[in-house]
Amino acid sequence: MTALVPLVVLVPLLGAALTLVVGRRPRPQRIIAIGALVIELVIGIVLLIHVDQVAPLVMEVGGWQAPFGIVLVVDRLAALMIVVSAIVLLAVLVFSVGQGLADGDEETPVSIYNPTYLILTTGVMVAFIAGDLFNLYVGFEILLVSSYVLITLGGTESRIRAGVTYVVVSLLSSLLFLASIAMIYGALGTVTIAQIAQRIDELPVDVQILLHVMLLVAFGIKAAVFPLSFWLPDSYPTAPAPVTAAFAGLLTKIGVYAIIRVETVIFPGPELNPALMVLALLTMVVGALGAVAQADIKRILSFTLVSHIGYMILGVALGTAEGTAAAIFYIVHHIVVQTTLFLAAGLIEREAGSTSITRIGGLLASAPVVAALFFIPALNLGGIPPFSGFLGKLGLFQATAQQGDALAYALIGAGALVSLLTLYALVRVWNLAFWRSSDAVEGDESRLLRSVEEAPLSTSTVSGARTTPRLMTLSTAGMVVVGIGLTVFAGPVYGVATRAGEKLDGPGAYIQMVFPLSTEEGSPRD
Amino acid sequence: MTVSLVLVVIMSAMYACAVYLLLERSLTRVLLGFLLAGNATNLLILIMVGEAGIAPIYDESVDPSEYTDPLPQALILTAIVITFAVSAFLLALIYRSWRLANADDFSDDADDLALREGTVLIEAEETLPEASTTDFPLDREDSR
Repeated sequence: MTALVPLVVLVPLLGAALTLVVGRRPRPQRIIAIGALVIELVIGIVLLIHVDQVAPLVMEVGGWQAPFGIVLVVDRLAALMIVVSAIVLLAVLVFSVGQGLADGDEETPVSIYNPTYLILTTGVMVAFIAGDLFNLYVGFEILLVSSYVLITLGGTESRIRAGVTYVVVSLLSSLLFLASIAMIYGALGTVTIAQIAQRIDELPVDVQILLHVMLLVAFGIKAAVFPLSFWLPDSYPTAPAPVTAAFAGLLTKIGVYAIIRVETVIFPGPELNPALMVLALLTMVVGALGAVAQADIKRILSFTLVSHIGYMILGVALGTAEGTAAAIFYIVHHIVVQTTLFLAAGLIEREAGSTSITRIGGLLASAPVVAALFFIPALNLGGIPPFSGFLGKLGLFQATAQQGDALAYALIGAGALVSLLTLYALVRVWNLAFWRSSDAVEGDESRLLRSVEEAPLSTSTVSGARTTPRLMTLSTAGMVVVGIGLTVFAGPVYGVATRAGEKLDGPGAYIQMVFPLSTEEGSPRD
Repeated sequence: MTVSLVLVVIMSAMYACAVYLLLERSLTRVLLGFLLAGNATNLLILIMVGEAGIAPIYDESVDPSEYTDPLPQALILTAIVITFAVSAFLLALIYRSWRLANADDFSDDADDLALREGTVLIEAEETLPEASTTDFPLDREDSR
């Protein structure tokens, strides 16, 4: 079974190499890219079932034993993230294939899109299964460098401007991460996460807090935690729709994933938990207020993305098994729902020619399918029962209430308020873009834009134009179904999250997993 | 752990200059700042080796404690490769930005400006950069 662990990284990497080889021919490129992600999804599901029911998998690369060699670790959290990421990446790839066919990529193929996308997948997977901090850094760099290419794809002025902000901010966080790795190595003489966890208690508390804060700032920039979230709403909305969807769903969550590892395994102490709870509160409220003030659907969604990062940080900041479990379930829910909403925004952009809610209207009449595909995940994100967003928030609030002090109740209040504000922002989109008639739109630019858009399609490739939006709609619909599935099968998924959270309650289980022979902690290996 | 004071002083100076350059609006200077900060970080990893020893090539007659620690060197090598690739990309980005906008400086986000002024109209404003904030020539006619 351990043979499957490196395949998680190798399959997308080899897929990227193959797509580069056939770079001039879009059709085999697409087939290889989709094939690689399907294999990835199958591997992920097999890993999740094995890890959940048998034992976590630890692979020592090249046969070098744990503290000396590189270890790859797949526990429940990592396996769950691999599966969800593979689903999301696959759906977004199918969406972009559909968009590419519609936009006539056959004539002007962007031959680097698919290879870069697969390398992004590789980086994401490396980050999930890395067993030492430096490998985590390398995983982050792989995914960031490919995200630099994807966010500036096409090189138009607005994308370059947004890309520059994104690149410089990401570089800064990477350097900070590298510097904290250097400091940790200087203090502890190791970069293997399990060994750091073993040795961390030997350090004085103030040194521990310094290293802890450095790592949290580095990951906080990536996860877009307030006040380090300023870059996200400026850079994400300008990228191509599928790229934004993949980034919004996945990249910030990898920062949260790293924060979970830091808080549960490396620095399990409660020193910074109150500070993290305050940051979670500010992230939620400021993000939601930003969403209310915006007039562009993609920017509204970017701000809701920031605000919902606050919920996950809240779960992590509790420092209990229940809190971690709730945060893990919320991450899974949010990856799926946020990606779906951005894909729906991509469909809106195609239908109406714009994503500014002041300029579009009447979409409920002209595109009822898109309306449904936007409405369901919007309710889900807002936390309307019975959807998974409601279940995730309920779990979080229950775990928070167990703490029972004033700060905890303030956070529950803020969480409920933010969920209302999210709903308000999304209902505003619904009312303006979908429900009001297109005659009510000032200037009525949308119809003009629509006729301009439709004109060349009706004359040239009629068959291509007819089939392709169907592929885009289908992949979005698929994601909506996954979101509903997450609601229907919330029991089993929450079960996996709970068991993952129990294993992450303190570093004992993680150390046991990587060093099975050392029996410092009493807990048996499962 | 004993560290070389010279290396620490050099690292601090590089970090200080890097922060100064990163706060500039001109992208070329930001790139230089990033390069300095990257190398300062590499130096920080090198400092973490502690006292320098002999080259870590296996020799039976040498006591293991006399070798210098090889792991940070491996980390630096990886970091250098990554920094190199990223700065090449950043340079390409800056050149593209200059070709498109005739400016190599950070511009404010159009939506943020609109929000600050209380309007929802989104219009990208094009202005000539101040001569002092850019390192590229400002001949606007030739560049298009």
